[in-house]
Amino acid sequence: MTTSEKYEIADLVIKHALKCGADEVAVAISDSASSQIEIREQKIDKLQESISNGLSLTLYVQKKYSSHSTNHLKKADLLKFVEGAVAATKYLSEDEFRYLPEADRYYKGGGEDLQTMDNSIAGLDPKQKIELARQAENEIFGSDDRIISITSSYFDSVSSDVFVTSNGFKGESDGSFAGLSASVSVKGATGRPQDYWGEYAIYFNDLIKSGIGKKALERTLKKLDPKKIASGKYPMIVDNLVMGNLLGPFISALYGSSMYQKNSFLTGKADTKVASEKLNITDDPLRPKGFGSRHFDAEGINAEQRAIIENGVLKNYFIGTYYGRKLKLPPTTIGPSNLVFKTGDKDQAGLLQSVKKGVFVTGFNGGNCNGATGDFSYGIEGFLVENGNLIHPVSEMNISGNMNTFWNTLAEVGNDPYRFGSFLTPTMLFDNMDFSGL
Amino acid sequence: MNLKRREFIRLGGITVAGSMVIPSLITSCKGIPVSDTAAGYMDHFEVTPEQLQKVLSTALERGADYADLYFEHTVSNATSLQDKKVNSAYSDITFGVGIRVLKGDQTGFAYAENTSMDSMLRAARTAASIAESNSSWTAPAFLELMPRTLYNVGSSWEDVVIKDKIPFITSLNDKIFAGDKRVTKVNISLSDSTSYILFCNSEGIVSWDYRPLTYMMARTVMEENGRIENAMVSESFRKGFEFLSDDLVERLAGDAISKTSRLFLADKPKAGEMEVVMAAGSSGILLHEAMGHSFEADFNRKNTSIFSDKMGKKIAEDFVTVVDDGTLPGDRGALNIDDEGVATEKTVLVGNGVLTSYIHDRISAKFYNVKPTGNGRRQDFRNVPIPRMRSTYMENGPHKHDEIIASVRKGIYVEDFSNGQVNIGPGDFTFFVKFGYVIENGKLTKPIKDINIIGNGPQALADITMVADNMKIDYGTWTCGKDGQGVPVSMGLPTVKIKKLTVGGVNA
Repeated sequence: MTTSEKYEIADLVIKHALKCGADEVAVAISDSASSQIEIREQKIDKLQESISNGLSLTLYVQKKYSSHSTNHLKKADLLKFVEGAVAATKYLSEDEFRYLPEADRYYKGGGEDLQTMDNSIAGLDPKQKIELARQAENEIFGSDDRIISITSSYFDSVSSDVFVTSNGFKGESDGSFAGLSASVSVKGATGRPQDYWGEYAIYFNDLIKSGIGKKALERTLKKLDPKKIASGKYPMIVDNLVMGNLLGPFISALYGSSMYQKNSFLTGKADTKVASEKLNITDDPLRPKGFGSRHFDAEGINAEQRAIIENGVLKNYFIGTYYGRKLKLPPTTIGPSNLVFKTGDKDQAGLLQSVKKGVFVTGFNGGNCNGATGDFSYGIEGFLVENGNLIHPVSEMNISGNMNTFWNTLAEVGNDPYRFGSFLTPTMLFDNMDFSGL
Repeated sequence: MNLKRREFIRLGGITVAGSMVIPSLITSCKGIPVSDTAAGYMDHFEVTPEQLQKVLSTALERGADYADLYFEHTVSNATSLQDKKVNSAYSDITFGVGIRVLKGDQTGFAYAENTSMDSMLRAARTAASIAESNSSWTAPAFLELMPRTLYNVGSSWEDVVIKDKIPFITSLNDKIFAGDKRVTKVNISLSDSTSYILFCNSEGIVSWDYRPLTYMMARTVMEENGRIENAMVSESFRKGFEFLSDDLVERLAGDAISKTSRLFLADKPKAGEMEVVMAAGSSGILLHEAMGHSFEADFNRKNTSIFSDKMGKKIAEDFVTVVDDGTLPGDRGALNIDDEGVATEKTVLVGNGVLTSYIHDRISAKFYNVKPTGNGRRQDFRNVPIPRMRSTYMENGPHKHDEIIASVRKGIYVEDFSNGQVNIGPGDFTFFVKFGYVIENGKLTKPIKDINIIGNGPQALADITMVADNMKIDYGTWTCGKDGQGVPVSMGLPTVKIKKLTVGGVNA
């Protein structure tokens, strides 16, 4: 669909919903195209192409609220869908806080190009994609007799969206990415360790295309024959690739919806110290080529840079329009864009060097965090570290703690922000984590 | 963007694509009822047998050995309560056809979001390109496989208007508030969905299915002296509107009160390795994570599972029998046919301690030269089918529940869970315990909560030393994730003792 076709459908749906009795309406229409190629044993194992469309509709009818989605965009069916949706909404209870955001908070257009879309991806030759995936496998195919299986894959995706509201917002956004990865299984004495390596980029030309198979194999072989260590308190270094897993519950606790639902251990902590002063996080929506970059959020609100944590002090929550009204808090944005960390001086090796005896966590296995209390417990794998050296891989262990005290144990932040997502987490070192093992 | 393959399972509502509600008003694209015949389903999707054969023949024009078409039309509704009022609703329509082509174990796949010949033929050509020669295919006559019916729908969700659902939701809310004066917040969601599935393949099989799926879920928050505790309860079935009843509301309200209030007394246990007793019911998560995923034949075909070389071998005590069953009437994991048109069955995975079957889809069954087990499942028409579990449980054993508890000197008893995960190759699996007890000298003592347990699949299976005779299927809203696809499942277990697992917690 072209952008103007999307706007045409959005206008049609809004007009029809208003005609059926809605007071306010918001419509988002998206389309995306993606492709994926998997290579195994030097053959194409899977070739998949997807083109999809979707429409989502938010209705406000006599102070009543509902939302809907469909991928069935045939005009006659769509109009019937809208009629049914408006009619059903009338049976709900009123909610005085449900109405569209105030129009002066919307993005008004004219922003810089955030470089989130590579138009060349849609025109790439499938043969080139297959060749890239083959090459990732060929780098290591047959190179080590411990290898049981290698799967390499290339994938890419482009998408574009329009968002229109009945009180004057009209905006479009788009995004792309390409990725190349390899995952490897090897045979060990006690199990079949697996690991992978992947490179991702918004622009095809920025994608690192070689060394992927080699790096995947190297990472996997390091995990052969792990051992548990004794239960106890140890310093913990968390790899930048997986640090986002521990950050997740902390960020969830900053949402207005979590606070309103009494599911946030950070409720009422604005302008107080919630973490070590080494923790500094900025929500930065306007970074060029950022995986989370945007001019407006899911409600159309103009994107702004905000300090979230400053020297360990909580400066801003993520407050959307509805929960802002209910909590009587000024709205910010409904969720994070790019979370950027103030980095330290040391690289990962430097951080490991500063640890006499501790655990370098490189992967998580299950576990959860109780959002209301902040109590967490996760399965981990990684390495025993002594004086900066990786002594042996560890697995089948748990860590447990509470988010309120845990972030105060952050001792050092690395200089290596994660490159492949919107949470740009560096490697971090924490004092005194509770490990359970032998 | 971590694309590493991960397996997990968690309470639905989070994973169910949007959950919402609405329109019973929104029904099929043609105005139902759909007659329960292949012709009725073809009419529903606006296709003819000749068109299906044309699409299949296009899918095979480059020389592949097999092709199938999976048509889906799903209407989902969710109705939610917050602040004592039913004040939001959501609905979704998913419509399309997935076209898959196989050449040996190689897969080509594409889909179309409408059933016009242009769109279907374009998708068929894309999927066909997995093969690289030319060939022609003669369409066999279609053989209609009429599905059994395991769902027994009394009154279809599509005939129910939203106002008929609301009283059950408000009644549950009122009962929870009335049950304990510490309750400060209740959120409730009622979800229902109805799927029309039409399947046909190049072997000439045509089948169809009408699949209802529903759940009701409540999150309850209690506060006491500044402390906040919350718990989630739910039940889920493949049933129609008769799912909603006063009994259901009573049961959920009672569970909500007891599961939330007992948390005020609970704490973290001491960390380390110890004996673990799994309560009857949702402890079936042990089977799902410790062995179920590792038995999925795609992993074994690729030799990446820790169980890859264990077929036919003794892997557990004689009294351990584990099944994966797609035929429990009305169960969340039940299916008349899987998503490859194969009738489901009760598959014995471990019989009297011996590994007897993997969990197969068509590709793996052909690879191992066995009959498909009806485990080829997909999240929706946009995804390829892969081997997945349905309802996984352990049959009763020779021991008694009380005898098992009494046999433990120092350990824990666990009975409520939120999620689990497994790493297939090393076999390390985890599950997160929402509630349990410490066991000291054969007695349950201090309540515990919010800890992760980790173990190794083959070791844990071999370490099952006692199995009771009280097998119970859990009716919670479990959704299993694999390769980015979520599917509904269920699980069950009698009380079981495991010699040793690693329990998260504190160190003195």
